Amino acid sequence: MSIIETKGLTKVFGKLIAVDHVSFNVEEGEIFGFLGPNGAGKTTTINMLTTLLKPTEGTAKVAGMDIVKDANKVRSLIGLVPQDLTVDEDLTGMENMLLQATLYNVPKEVAKKRIEEVLSLVELKDVANRKVETYSGGMRKRLELAEGLLHYPKVLFLDEPTLGLDVQTRAVIWDYIKKLKEEHGITIFMTTHYMEEADALCDRIAIIDYGKIRALGKPKELKDSIGGDVIELVLSDYSKDFSEDIAKMPYVIDAKRKSETYRIKVSKGEEALPKIIENILKMNLKVSKVSLIKPTLDQVYLEYTGRSLREIEGNREEVMRMMRNIRRVRQ
Amino acid sequence: MMIIQPVIWLGLFGKAFNLTGLVSIPPQLLNQLPPYITIQIAEIFNQMISSIFSGITDYFTYMAAGMLSVVILFTSMFSGMSVVWDRRFGFLNKLLVAPIARGSIVIAKVTSSVIRGLFQAALVFAIAFAFGLKIGDAFNVLDLIGIFTGLFLLSLGLSSLFIALTIRIRSWEAHMAVVNLLNLPLMFASSALFPINIMPDWLQAIVKVNPISYSSDLIRAFILHSHSVGLDISRITLNFEVLIAFATIFSLIGIVLAERGLRKG
Repeated sequence: MSIIETKGLTKVFGKLIAVDHVSFNVEEGEIFGFLGPNGAGKTTTINMLTTLLKPTEGTAKVAGMDIVKDANKVRSLIGLVPQDLTVDEDLTGMENMLLQATLYNVPKEVAKKRIEEVLSLVELKDVANRKVETYSGGMRKRLELAEGLLHYPKVLFLDEPTLGLDVQTRAVIWDYIKKLKEEHGITIFMTTHYMEEADALCDRIAIIDYGKIRALGKPKELKDSIGGDVIELVLSDYSKDFSEDIAKMPYVIDAKRKSETYRIKVSKGEEALPKIIENILKMNLKVSKVSLIKPTLDQVYLEYTGRSLREIEGNREEVMRMMRNIRRVRQ
Repeated sequence: MMIIQPVIWLGLFGKAFNLTGLVSIPPQLLNQLPPYITIQIAEIFNQMISSIFSGITDYFTYMAAGMLSVVILFTSMFSGMSVVWDRRFGFLNKLLVAPIARGSIVIAKVTSSVIRGLFQAALVFAIAFAFGLKIGDAFNVLDLIGIFTGLFLLSLGLSSLFIALTIRIRSWEAHMAVVNLLNLPLMFASSALFPINIMPDWLQAIVKVNPISYSSDLIRAFILHSHSVGLDISRITLNFEVLIAFATIFSLIGIVLAERGLRKG
């Protein structure tokens, strides 16, 4: 069952078409990654799906509810962990959670149990009674995540969940996200700039640029779509070109020789490599160098969004906000 | 910080700018006159002042009563500021994705501003009393309740007004500009600091639509009552009516605007 369905979702700001007739589905229980350069329409899409913005055109349903007509029902079914740190510094972690419980109409008795549960999930139970101003950036982000989970949302929206965090905290946040999906079956819709994050976490990825979805699929499918694995090898015998012989071997899609290096496109790199070497040995040849190159999501991303730097109209407010967030997370 | 400003105003305006002092007669002149004439002159002057200052006979008491309303104006002004900052820090979004009515966000903001305003007004009231605000012996709890009900209504209306203005404003710079534009006219085109009778007609017209004039006058009516002057029911009723209308209209406008316009920026 699709838990998020969008049909021709469009948002126009003045002359700028921020999101241009976007249609996609997110299945229940999956982690869906939304990637794209700054100004591509990621945040606008998230804002529409979380009812912060009304679409200019098109419709979307979250957990079966229309985001415009049943906005308040949608709000009670989703959780949003925003890019900004919005936990209150003057309150303790526990007080922040209680405030969140009030905002989401979680009854006090139930709230206490759940707060304990989500705070132990993000490992903040021991510091729950400390003021948030004494928390590190990573701890604040984890508290933010706990707040998003408090009312057991069906869909959790994560906007750049690891922006500006150190490697350890990032790894921990990844673990939480995986746990949420595996143990609690929560559908997660996340945006990110880090390709390795999308690769490690997401079941499916959409790459959006200039308001349109450029590619959508499993990370592996996307990587395969731009050419799959490549084996580069050098043979000890330079005198002859063996590329035609290599091209006939199993798994091989295409083989070319460029000076002494053979560039071999294969279908399953790890399985193909030993087989190819075996076959080469059978031809009484020796392999002097070999490497297996797997396409990264970075390459996929650049393939679909282009390499040119974005000269989108600068937004002072946006830039300030990003700087402020990074600063606050790192303090 | 917020409390320092009105205290300075109290000191500068109330004490240094003593309007009643302007119409006093030099003592050496008074000494040459026979006592029965000086008594008569004193009577005449007191009546003149009393008629200008709507019954109150010294300027400090007059303006201190108005100052309470000005304190409410100052605190209300900043209530809009918190909306702008919540928006900047992303906290507003957190409220907006929560399944709560948009109007309740505005009501909460207004309530916090009203509580802060009344608290500060109470402080200024106490300080003004220490500085020489003249309250008669007949002052009772009802007068106090009356004064603070008036201030409550004023605060409700003004906070709603300022929050309604900032609902669509994105930057604090723009907000400051709007607030400053409104602040001075609201304060000076009212009877808070100066008696309305000595103003030109066009200004009087503005003063008469300014809610601050009504709350100031209301407070003065209660202070007068403490000097064993009979409670001027028609004056108090009129003031209350205007203030209730003002508070109701603007808080409704605030809630309606919030339902419509409170959105991510």
